[in-house]
Amino acid sequence: MNDEILDWGIAELARRLESREVTTVEVIDAYQEQIAIQEPEVDAFLSLDLEAARRRAIDQDDRRSRGETLGGLAGVPIALKDNLCTTAFPTTAASKILEGWTPPYNATVVDRILAQDGIVVGKTNLDEFAMGSSTENSAYKVTKNPYDLERVPGGSSGGSAAAVASRMALVGLGSDTGGSIRQPASLTGVVGFKPTYGRVSRYGLLAFASSLDQIGPLTASVEDAALVAEAIMGHDPRDATSLQEAAPSLVRPLTEGVRGIRVGIVTNLVDTATPQVQASVLRAAEVLTQSGASVAEISLDELAFGLAAYYVVAPAEASSNLARYDGVRYGLREAGSTVEEMMIATRTKGFGPEVKRRIMLGTYALSAGYYDAFYVTAQRVRTLVRTAFSRAYEAFDLLLCPTSPTTAFRIGERSSDPVEMYRSDVCTIPSNLSGDPAISIPAGVDADGLPIGVQLLGPALSERLLFRAAYAVERGLR
Amino acid sequence: MKTRATTGPAEGWEYVIGLEVHTELKTATKLFCGCPNAFGEEPNTSVCPVCLGLPGSLPVMNVQAVDFAIRVGLALDATIQRSQFHRKNYFYPDMPKDYQISQYDVPINAGGHLELPSGRVIGIERAHLEEDTGKLIHRGGHGRIESAEYSLIDYNRSGVPLLEIVSAPDIRDPEEAKEYVTELRSILVAVGASDGRMEEGSLRVDANVSVRPIGEAGFRTRVEIKNLNSLRSLVRALEFEGLRQVHLYDDGEAMIQQTRFWDEARSVTGALRLKEEANDYRYFPEPDLPPVAPDPDLIEDRRAELPELPSTRRGYLARVLPDLSDDLRETVIADACWPYFRAAIDANITPARAAARCANELTALLADIGVLTPARFVEVLALEDRGELGASQVKILLREACVDSTAVPELIAKLGLSARDVGAIKSMVAEVVAPFADEWERYLDGDEKIAGFLVGQVMRKYGRQISGADARQALVELGDEARKSAD
Repeated sequence: MNDEILDWGIAELARRLESREVTTVEVIDAYQEQIAIQEPEVDAFLSLDLEAARRRAIDQDDRRSRGETLGGLAGVPIALKDNLCTTAFPTTAASKILEGWTPPYNATVVDRILAQDGIVVGKTNLDEFAMGSSTENSAYKVTKNPYDLERVPGGSSGGSAAAVASRMALVGLGSDTGGSIRQPASLTGVVGFKPTYGRVSRYGLLAFASSLDQIGPLTASVEDAALVAEAIMGHDPRDATSLQEAAPSLVRPLTEGVRGIRVGIVTNLVDTATPQVQASVLRAAEVLTQSGASVAEISLDELAFGLAAYYVVAPAEASSNLARYDGVRYGLREAGSTVEEMMIATRTKGFGPEVKRRIMLGTYALSAGYYDAFYVTAQRVRTLVRTAFSRAYEAFDLLLCPTSPTTAFRIGERSSDPVEMYRSDVCTIPSNLSGDPAISIPAGVDADGLPIGVQLLGPALSERLLFRAAYAVERGLR
Repeated sequence: MKTRATTGPAEGWEYVIGLEVHTELKTATKLFCGCPNAFGEEPNTSVCPVCLGLPGSLPVMNVQAVDFAIRVGLALDATIQRSQFHRKNYFYPDMPKDYQISQYDVPINAGGHLELPSGRVIGIERAHLEEDTGKLIHRGGHGRIESAEYSLIDYNRSGVPLLEIVSAPDIRDPEEAKEYVTELRSILVAVGASDGRMEEGSLRVDANVSVRPIGEAGFRTRVEIKNLNSLRSLVRALEFEGLRQVHLYDDGEAMIQQTRFWDEARSVTGALRLKEEANDYRYFPEPDLPPVAPDPDLIEDRRAELPELPSTRRGYLARVLPDLSDDLRETVIADACWPYFRAAIDANITPARAAARCANELTALLADIGVLTPARFVEVLALEDRGELGASQVKILLREACVDSTAVPELIAKLGLSARDVGAIKSMVAEVVAPFADEWERYLDGDEKIAGFLVGQVMRKYGRQISGADARQALVELGDEARKSAD
């Protein structure tokens, strides 16, 4: 029975809970058992509270027995990336500088999940402050890829990806600044969705690069991703960059198909990938063709410059966003004989090497005399990337490319070469720079049995079409 | 531009001064959150995740602050434009995010000018929005951060909206700097953007000052003096700093561009540590806030609603009373006085009389003005204009009209004041003066000293019934009449 419960998607779980075939407590117990088995191996979580989850389950069963109608995520065990503010769990961003800090407020997405009766089981591991592509940059633990415990789950939302992949949670929430939802989804064989910038409120997300950060779901299926996306999208008056548009309906149109849709394969991004990843992209293209879409090739060379521009813009914003961790008000404080010494000692001890590297990169890029050469130039490249996408979307409705050029790499393999690590993001970064939506869909495994992901990209606010196509690819490849 | 006599720091030298005035806008809530914008609360009670800069919090623009900024911009004849917020990055414990959200190259108000009472026009470079910091309280040592044993931080002020108004380097001496701040303050109060309370820190001034030999065209190296929190400090700091710079040049020493602070106790400016001024603020556009694009309709509405500004009142006065002294003029145009003066002019009261009664009698009564409305004020002045009441009677009547709402004619009767009384006083004076024929002739010939003697005689006899001023007034009127009939 337990194994069966873990197989159910959100819709099926809801049906079985409604028909009283299973209780919410039984669901949580099944997941608790799975966590007990998997977590010691995978190390996906930074904090867990299954007792609280069970209390919430009991309450939901009570409410259901009293005839109440529950929310759309009732009984769904959810893992939150530990850079989302929660009053019920500490929020550390996997950094020593915030060890033990519990926010006095919930992120807007957390409130929305709770309003839909989602059950948060714990907070998941990440690269410190979401800076990384492997989750190795966590100050607390290294999360393992459930497909091969010697390998990374990707990052930075590696904890949420691994938790969903190993069925310790039905839904994971992550944040995506340069691919941090999609790349780990790809490396762990789950679906990862980054919404249009402004679709999901960033209020309560510990900022990495404010103009790029978006929160989104990691799930076992496209349908589950659509359900969660519907629940968390929509305007929030507490985020000035949040779009006014109401959350679109995504689940209902899933089955409308892709007949007549024009899809472009981005050849120069395909070229960055290993042959096995390339083959998966082509299989996905074939599925789309068979479903009635027209598929053609397009090369968007400007997208390749995105990587360099990203590694200026993101560190620049991060250098400012992370200034507040100074030991004065919360988190770690190291002793110092002056305020300045205290701040330096706190930040020296509290931040890990990758975070320090990016703060230095960003500080440099914003400095007098370098600002024009770095920050301004990077913004121009960002415009160039947007222009390239606009040109592509004159000819195509959606674009198709790999999510990650490779499958999961070994733990430690790229730690000594940050630039090689940064290259993992070449296919995902352009969507963050343009603010457009993108989704990674599992597309088989390589010769070593490691998951491969393919990525669909669409113009701003094209989520409905994007999900329809993702659903078609998912069904065709199964 | 009018010229004006200025006072240099030393013979042959002149000041070049530009001021940055920070004013707290009196919005209901802070600039980026819903916390009350209140002064004097218990420390750290008007705070929330946003103004404490807690991880994950985001700023949301307060539209009322934009509204106030627009009103000030209009009053200063600035160009109101689509503006962008920037982050000004530097570490300081009173700043919870370790960056300040401010405006940089595209402020909401660009350009503009302010006309001083002297007629001199001072250029305005910009007036931009930014958030205030928290307040540091240093304990022990000399009350400065370096020597303190420990420091406390009150974040109630963190996120309070500020408008920073930057003048061009057009100000030429410390008194003019004072005049500028006073005039700017009255404008800020008039448009309702600020309560103008310098003592509560709602108006704070930084001054950029350099000196140059009179006649030299370019600007020399300037020094910024921070946090001048009273007009007195402003004038004294500028005087000290001007002289210090002249002495440096006289001694052949190099002037370095630096930030200094005014040490009130020692009456000197002192240099801040070099480290504190070596800041590279690494400005970049604030990604959490979209540009602020004021609605053109709102701007036009605000333009139409703009209250009468001091310069407009001065212009009006220059037409109706060109010879008014500066002091009288500034008293009359004050907000409390002005409605009374305007009502008097509109009712065709002699302008000089209206100005005199406003400046002398009315200002003394303003604190307890009670039921003395502009209409009643005008009614009293009209009686004086028609010669039905004397000056001293008017004074008594105005004082009484503040506390007694009885209609003016009944009030006159009640107080035993009447037009006949003027005649009665004249009769008393005439009666007393009659035996002093020689003195009377000397008085009529313009011997003012003898007037005192004659009034003294009147007072000796009727001192209990009439005042000296009334007696003198009656004497003047009798004299005028006598001279007139002699013509």
